[in-house]
Amino acid sequence: MAAVLQVTVHRGTAGARRAERFEVPSEANQTVLDVVSWIQQNADPTLSYRFACRVGMCGSCAMMVNGVPRWTCRTHVQKVVDRGRNGGRDGGRIEIGPLANLPVIKDLAVDMAPFFDKWVAAGAHHHPTATRADAPSPVRPDSAAREVANAGIECINCAVCYAACDTVAHNPDYLGPAALQRAWTLLNDDRDGGHEAILDAVSGFGGCHNCHSIGSCTLRCPNELDPMTAIAGLKRASARRVWRRG
Amino acid sequence: MLDVRLYLAQRITALLMVPFVLVHLAVIVWAVQGGLTAAEILSRTQGSPFWMLFYGGFVVAASVHGAIGLRVIAHEWLGLRGRVLGGLTLGLGLVLLGLGMRAVIAVVVA
Amino acid sequence: MKTLARSHPLWLAHVLHRLSGLALALFLPVHFWVLGLALTDPAMLDGFLAFAAHPLVKLAEFGLVFLLAVHAFGGLRLLALEFLPWRAPHKTAAALALAGSFGVAMTFLLQVI
Repeated sequence: MAAVLQVTVHRGTAGARRAERFEVPSEANQTVLDVVSWIQQNADPTLSYRFACRVGMCGSCAMMVNGVPRWTCRTHVQKVVDRGRNGGRDGGRIEIGPLANLPVIKDLAVDMAPFFDKWVAAGAHHHPTATRADAPSPVRPDSAAREVANAGIECINCAVCYAACDTVAHNPDYLGPAALQRAWTLLNDDRDGGHEAILDAVSGFGGCHNCHSIGSCTLRCPNELDPMTAIAGLKRASARRVWRRG
Repeated sequence: MLDVRLYLAQRITALLMVPFVLVHLAVIVWAVQGGLTAAEILSRTQGSPFWMLFYGGFVVAASVHGAIGLRVIAHEWLGLRGRVLGGLTLGLGLVLLGLGMRAVIAVVVA
Repeated sequence: MKTLARSHPLWLAHVLHRLSGLALALFLPVHFWVLGLALTDPAMLDGFLAFAAHPLVKLAEFGLVFLLAVHAFGGLRLLALEFLPWRAPHKTAAALALAGSFGVAMTFLLQVI
C-alpha cells in the first residue's frame, strides 16, 4: 500500500478557526501546493487557497508549512515533512496554515491589503522626475548605488518575509521587511525623485528603526534577498540625515 | 514605537557606554579582590572629578538607554502605546536618573 | 498552528540581548539604591557588602557581570551590523578579533591583580 501523508490544515474564517485532518497519498515528486490542490480536488472542494503560476514567479501561494512561511509551489513535501518517531513509514505529517501576521479571509487565503498599504506608507512607490518627452536617464550598472539597488529588486511581494518577522508580530504598526527593502532600492535609484519623502516615511514610529535585526526575513526569503541589510542601510541614511540637520 | 530620534538616542548612548562598561568591568574585576568595604569604595571615589564625570556620564547614558529599551519591551510584550507608553518611558528614565545621580553624589561628593 | 519556527542563531542572539537588557534595567535601581546608602546609612552599606561576599550571592553577581558583558558585546554586534556598511565576512572577522583581544586582555588583567 502506498504511503499516506497526515495533513493538518488550519481552516475557517477570522473569527472561527479550526484544524482539519486529511489523508493524502504520498508521491515521489510532490509539492506542498500539490497536497493542498489534492485536498481541494478530492476531499473538500470548499477549501480556499491562492495560487497562480506554480513555478515561483507570482508569489501568491505562500503559506505556513510546519511553522515556516514558504512558497508552497516550490516546496517539496519530502524536504519539509515531519517524519515523526516511526521514521515516516506512514508518509509523515505536515501542517499547513495561512500566512502569519496577516488577517485571514478564509482557510488558507489571507487579506494582503495591510501588506500593500505598508508599501505605500513606506514611500515605496516610484516618485517620477521626468516625462515621456524626456530622454531616458543614464544608469551606470556598475555604480555603487545601482549595485545596492539591484540587490533588492527581485522581490515579488509574496509576504514570506512579513510572515516570518517577529517584530511585525509584536508591533503591528511596523512597516515590515518587504516595504522597507523596496524603499531602500528606490533610495538608491537615481531616477527616483522622492528620496526625502522616503526618508520621512521610514523615520516615523512604525519605521525602519523598529527592526531588531533578527534576520528571519533574510533567512526565509525564497529569492535569497537580504531585507535585514537593506533596513540597516535605511537606518544609516535616516540617522545621518537627522545628525546633519541637528 | 521607535522613531529616528529615539533610535539615535538609543544608539548614541550605547556607543558612549562602550568605554564606560569596559572600564566598569575592569574595576569590578580589580576591586572585588580581597572583598569589598564601604570605606574602600569611598576612598577610591570621594572628591575625584574623574570618577564624578565617569559615573555621572554613565548614569545619564544608562538612564536614557534603559528607559528606551524598556519602552520597546512594554510595547512589544505588553501592548502599551501612545501617551501611556510615552509617559512610562519618561517616568522610567527619570526614576533611573534620580536614583543614579543620588548614588553618584553618595560615593563621590558626600 | 505550530508556533512559528524561529529558533535560528540571530533570533537566539536577539532573545539573549533582550533578556539581559531587561534584567540589567531591573537591577539598576537596586544597585543605585545600595550605593546611595553611603549617603544615609554607611553601616547598612557595609552590611550589604558583607552579604555580597556570601558564595551564593557571589554566583548571582557573576551572573550580573555576565549579563553586562553579554549585553555589551551583543550591542557591539548590532552597532557594527547597523552602522558599518561592510560585507558579512568582514564583520565576522572583526568580531572574532575583538572577542579574542578582549579575552587576552582580561586574562592579563586577572594575572596581574
